[in-house]
Amino acid sequence: MSKTNVDEKFLDKKITRRQMLKLTGVGVAGLAIGASGLGGVLSAFGEELFVDDDTTATNKVNFYGKHQSGIATAVQTNIYFAALNVLVNSKQELQELFKMWTPLAIRMMNGESISMEKQNDLIPPKDTGEAQGLDARNLSITFGVGLSLFEKQELGLASLKPAELKDLPHFPKDQLDEAYTGGDICIQACADDPQVAFHAVRNLVRAASGKVTIKWSQAGFNSFPVEKGKKQTPRNLFAFKDGTENPSGEKDMNEVVWVQPGESTSWMTSGTYLVVRRIQLHLETWDRTSLKEQEKTFGRHRESGAPLGKRNEFDGMEIERKDENGNYIVPENSHVFLAKQAKARIMRRSYSYSSGIIDSTGAYDAGLVFVSFQKDPEQFIKIQNALGRLDKLNEYITHRGSGVFACFPGVKKGSYIGEALFNTL
Amino acid sequence: MKTKSLFAILIAGGVLMTGCNNSEDAKQVDSTVSTEKTTNNETTNANLQKEIDAYKVFALDQLDQFTIETEKFVQAVKAGDLEKAKEIYPHARMYFERSEPIAESFGDLDPRIDARLADLEAEGQGEESWTGYHKIEYGLWEENTTKGYEAIADQLLADSKELRARVETVDVTPELMMTGAIDLLNEVSTSKITGEEEIYSHTDLYDFKANIEGAEKIFTILEEQISNKDPELVKNLSDKFKTVNDLLAKFETNDGNFVSYSQLTKEDTKQLAIAVNQLGEPLSQMGIILE
Ligand code: HEM
Repeated sequence: MSKTNVDEKFLDKKITRRQMLKLTGVGVAGLAIGASGLGGVLSAFGEELFVDDDTTATNKVNFYGKHQSGIATAVQTNIYFAALNVLVNSKQELQELFKMWTPLAIRMMNGESISMEKQNDLIPPKDTGEAQGLDARNLSITFGVGLSLFEKQELGLASLKPAELKDLPHFPKDQLDEAYTGGDICIQACADDPQVAFHAVRNLVRAASGKVTIKWSQAGFNSFPVEKGKKQTPRNLFAFKDGTENPSGEKDMNEVVWVQPGESTSWMTSGTYLVVRRIQLHLETWDRTSLKEQEKTFGRHRESGAPLGKRNEFDGMEIERKDENGNYIVPENSHVFLAKQAKARIMRRSYSYSSGIIDSTGAYDAGLVFVSFQKDPEQFIKIQNALGRLDKLNEYITHRGSGVFACFPGVKKGSYIGEALFNTL
Repeated sequence: MKTKSLFAILIAGGVLMTGCNNSEDAKQVDSTVSTEKTTNNETTNANLQKEIDAYKVFALDQLDQFTIETEKFVQAVKAGDLEKAKEIYPHARMYFERSEPIAESFGDLDPRIDARLADLEAEGQGEESWTGYHKIEYGLWEENTTKGYEAIADQLLADSKELRARVETVDVTPELMMTGAIDLLNEVSTSKITGEEEIYSHTDLYDFKANIEGAEKIFTILEEQISNKDPELVKNLSDKFKTVNDLLAKFETNDGNFVSYSQLTKEDTKQLAIAVNQLGEPLSQMGIILE
């Protein structure tokens, strides 16, 4: 790290005396600021630098905003999802943890190293370094907290637990593996690069050494065909377009995803609930299923993604359509038919995964890192219950991992991740 | 990734403070602060002479004990006293494991004393070049005999004595100490925690404990220096050492012995592994004393 790397623009950000005093929270008289930028002044007081979104960075998703990134953000090609357990023993330590993470997340989302300190070559570098030379790659980082966090007596958060945050009920055919279930905190890092996504989680966890441990994690990927310069819906490992029917636009998002004032506990306003399911797809059995059966499983055509009997991906599903014999065109036990029956909506943001071979069977350990966002996990539960035993897709899938997390609202400039929660205390 | 240097910003900023109640910080903002790496090993080594000496005394003492215990072990093997040999084995090795950062500086001696068959095989060598403690471990636990291991035992004692003699010449530096502490933990993380160090005797927890003690000794010697720079780090390290030691204590039997590695559950080893990793991160920060 050398002087030549200094971001000139950063130095040019002159600030007024009042801003400075406000930001540092120091009202000392006789303080003279030269031609200084913000960083120098703040660090002179031993404060963490105020780190801002760098709007000139390439392939950049903003950190600050009304909502957290990685939810309404356009789906990236890669995810690294991590569920952590906390080792901290007090509310204050937990708060410090999120405060400490905030500037690191912003720096990484700017495509920067997490540390600006000069390197002492007798200690390990602060940043693990594998993202060096890569830009932000549209990195988004989403933080959430799980039920188990509120149940930790020593943290004293019990009274703040949102009523909506509950363990999911056992669903028919669930075969959950403790090794892929739960967690006190989740970090969802998504980016258009696997290494950038992984780097983000790795560095956040490392910086929190002694305060968290990783309980489980899962990497995933998506690939987007481009037609006439436009990104198309990605296909899952069953080769069907996945993500066609999803809320879009602010109105939809407010209806389906973002907690509105009064809808959940107050600190969750503008936040949302994340459900993650690690679902194994039995590729071997799927691959010996006829095309017709495959299409009847989902209720859509494989190639176009169109509803059965229609031509285009975004044509209306109209599940009540019948053929001349009075049979439903979209089978009643198809995935989409049942999902629609539930009369609940969620926003799906899933990725495929492939993690080697299952030792006991020799089958691919591959499938879907199913991620959905909803203002109440009940929406997910309703749909999953509707899919229940009936869903024809069940023959080909097994749910192996699960988690529900309350994702904080977005972060205001100068604030930190989860402030709403800690301020409620 | 762009890297912004905080120090460069401070200089360019040229912050000037007057009447500030925090004069320590104000001084740091002096525009003469250099952006260059400021580690100067010559001067720092001199400042840390007391610590270096303390560590030398420790290492020499450990290797003295090691030679004495090895001699007892060798006698038992040669006398055909299987039980006695088995009893001494894990304890004698602990002296070696505690001072491993030093022993390791002798690329030839270390493997002669401590190589596992797997290490040799990885280097393309065969069983015929295998000597030292683990070879005898194989005899004691796998073959249940001392017969045929007399020559190896003699060799082991000779090698231990040579090690002890040569240690006098090691140039102990603060860097060796700090890297050594980390290496000790790495040893634990990669071979002790997996039971790969003592595959026949399953006495891995003795080595585990000794490695931790070796690292803790280095920390204790440097503690005052670290405290001058970062008292929080001292507290953090003390806590983390305690966590590991408390966990290990659960597997200690009344008389300073440990249960067999084979008795640990997956959950036990995971807990131990995590505690060691949580210790490793702050331990890697000890280098701040050379800033
Ligand atoms: C491995 C498991 C799954 C696979 C492979 C899968 C695949 C698909 C596909 C291909 C579609 C049609 C295209 C689209 O609208 O995006 C779809 C739709 C949908 N899926 Fe899934 N899905 C899986 C699990 C789930 C789960 C667990 C839920 C929720 C509980 C769910 C809820 C939905 C919903 C709500 C729709 C949209 C239905 C509509 O058209 O309104 N899916 N899924």
